[in-house]
Formats: sequence, structure tokens, C-alpha cells
Amino acid sequence: MAETDSPALEARDLHLWRGTKHVLRGLSFAATAGHLLHVRGPNGCGKTTLLRTLAGFLWPEEGALYWAGRPVNDDRDGYAADLAYLGHENAMKADLTALENLRYATNVRHATDRRTVEAVLERLGVHAQKDLPFRSLSAGQRRRVAMARVLLARARLWLLDEPFTNLDSAGVRELSSVVAEHARGGGIAILTAHSELDLPGAELRRLELV
Amino acid sequence: MSALTTSLPRAAWLVLERDLRLAFRRWEQVTHPVVFFVMVATLFPLALSPEPSLLRTIAPGVVWVGALLSSLLALESLFRTDLEDGTLEQLTLSGQPLAWLLLSKTLAHWFLSGVPLVIAAPLVAVSLAAPGESIAVLMISLALGTGVLSFIGAVGAALTLGSRRGSVLLSLLVLPLAMPVLIFGSRATDQAMRGDLSNGPLWLLAAMLILAVTLAPLASAAAVRVSLE
Repeated sequence: MAETDSPALEARDLHLWRGTKHVLRGLSFAATAGHLLHVRGPNGCGKTTLLRTLAGFLWPEEGALYWAGRPVNDDRDGYAADLAYLGHENAMKADLTALENLRYATNVRHATDRRTVEAVLERLGVHAQKDLPFRSLSAGQRRRVAMARVLLARARLWLLDEPFTNLDSAGVRELSSVVAEHARGGGIAILTAHSELDLPGAELRRLELV
Repeated sequence: MSALTTSLPRAAWLVLERDLRLAFRRWEQVTHPVVFFVMVATLFPLALSPEPSLLRTIAPGVVWVGALLSSLLALESLFRTDLEDGTLEQLTLSGQPLAWLLLSKTLAHWFLSGVPLVIAAPLVAVSLAAPGESIAVLMISLALGTGVLSFIGAVGAALTLGSRRGSVLLSLLVLPLAMPVLIFGSRATDQAMRGDLSNGPLWLLAAMLILAVTLAPLASAAAVRVSLE
């Protein structure tokens, strides 16, 4: 695939039902390189559902999702390789250390040496906890390690579901700068958050769900 | 961007290594099925009578029913914890073929649930007064049979992930499919104990294993994707 055409995520007229509830009602949007999309809305309006749909876990009843101009369903593994998803759960094994968790999670995608992993942990302020079992970390530290996985995935598209939960104010700042940097580097981030976002030097767009 | 993508064998190895390492951190979970197997098989001589001729008659059945139930016991944990902590989601998003990763995961499950049974088999065989020459056949048939059970069971485990109390459903789903393994496994053991050649049932078990290894991961992958919805 040519590197020149900047990949874009485009949703066209997405309709999704959960049981009897019509959650996504004809949602359309597009995000191209450098975009940050802040998904907002009251509790239960379908923010997580939207992110899980974009990650490919849920299949919209109508409408389609395009990545780099091609339907996502044509090449799901290829799409997944361009994608990093942070869900409500941190997707880490409680019995493994932070370093081990990241080693397995990242190396399944591409080869990553220990130094790179440690550098990212350093950046997110959890380097001192790298050899502790994940279960012994605080909730905020766990979130930071989970975010390290997203960073190490080297993906163009980040889907972050409430990335700021359990983070202290310093953590929120650090994570904001990481996300902003991702956008400046030509990435796309779609995130849900309750609070207002302050992302330095990045173009922030809002997507309101009702 | 994707120039350094991990090769398929390496990805499979990582999944396998992770599961084995996890198992060694939680030792008690791994030993539970094999302890169950040994207990079931060694309680029979106590409950019936220690008469060698009687024990020899029931030995193949006892060993195989014990192995079947023990592997059912281990199945429940195959994908459940990975679903709950979100690692199963990440596995489907790794950019690698999901069926391939699940094949590796199921293989790890077989190492942890099937291989201990094979290793414990001589002990069980002796306690059931099985002749020494039949132990090799028993171990081979158990190795093949538990492999089939792991791969068939993985499909069931993946299918029942969505339901809260999946274990009863899982047994109902997997037991009928496991019947051929039980029949041919105990047949092979029985023939070996009588001093006959047991090549026939062993080849059949091997054929079932090949079939299960080839097709079951594809079904598991489809089932996991459905369960994540």
C-alpha cells in the first residue's frame, strides 16, 4: 500500500442495535491524519459501543466502515494491525509483571526490544514498577501500563475508551501530551472522556452522541 | 509501518509461552485436573474390591472416564479469564490470524491439562492392576485422546463464553462430540491389556486428532468473535 495517501477512517451511516435499543442511528464521520476525535455524551449513550464497533468487535446492522478507502471487512487483520484499542479492561495479566505483559502484547504484533518498552514505561512514569506483578499496581499505574501497550503498538489509529480513568492530574497531563504527539505525528485518535480535554497543539474535534 | 510484523511461528510461540508462564505462576489451577484424575482412578479399587481380575476388566473404562471428566474440568478456564481481563480482545486485534493464535493457545492448554494425565497414567495403571506391557499403549492413547478433547473442547469453551453459567452448557455441548474419543481410547487400552494389537483404535484416534487440530481452531476463532460481540 502506498505510504503517501494518508489513511483515514470513515464511517458511513452506521446503524447498530443492542437488543431493542437503537444505539447508533445513522452515524457518519471521517477522521484523517492528525485528527483527534473526542466522543462525548451522557452515560449509556453508546460511546463504548461506538468504539467497539470501530474496533471491529460489533458489526453494524447497516452502514460501513472504511479504513484508507477500503471497507474494513475486506481485510480485518490488516485493519487490526493499524489499530490500537484501549478498552475498559486493561488487558493485562495480573500474575505477570508489567514488563512481561507488554513484551507479550507487543511482540505478537512486531518485534520490540526491552529497551524500547522500558523507555515507554519511563515516559509514562511507571518505570519503577516494571518488575512488579501487575496485580500489585495501583489502578492509575495499571492504566498507565495499559497505555504503554497502545504506544508500543505503533498503530496509526488509536481507539481509547476512557483513557483518563483513575489517573491523577499529572497522569492526565502526561497522557494528553502523548495523545497530542500521536496526532501531530500523523496519527488518528478517537477517545471518550467525561471531562474537557486539553490537548496541546492538536486539532480537537467533537462527536456528540445523544 | 508493518515492515517488522512478527512471523506466524513467533507469534504462536509467544502465545504459548505466555500461557505456560501464567500457569506456573498459578500452580494450584494446573494441578487440579490431574489430581482429580488420579483420585477418581485410585478410588475405584478401594470402593469395589482389590481383586486384580475385576480391576483389569474395568480399568480401561475407569481411566478414560476419569480423563474425559478431568479434561472437561480444565476446559472452563481456557478462555474465561482472558475474556474477563480483556486480553482475548487484544488477541483478536493483534493483526495475526486469530485461528492460528487460538491453535497455539489450545496447544498450551493441552500441555497443561493433557500431558499431566499422560504422565500420571502409569501410576493409575498400576493401581488398577493393568499389565505392564499395556502402559505404553495407554499413554499413547491418552496423549492422542486428550489432544482431541482439548481442541474439540476449545470450540465449546469459546461458544459458551457469552453465557454467565457456561459450564453446564459446555459439558452438554462437548460430551457428545467427545464420545468417539472415549470409545476408541478405552478400546485401545482394553485391547492392549488383553495382549492384542491395538493399532486400529490408535490410528483412528490419531486421525481424529489431525481432524480436530485442522478444523477446531477455525471454529474456535469464529466462536470467539461472536462471543466478543
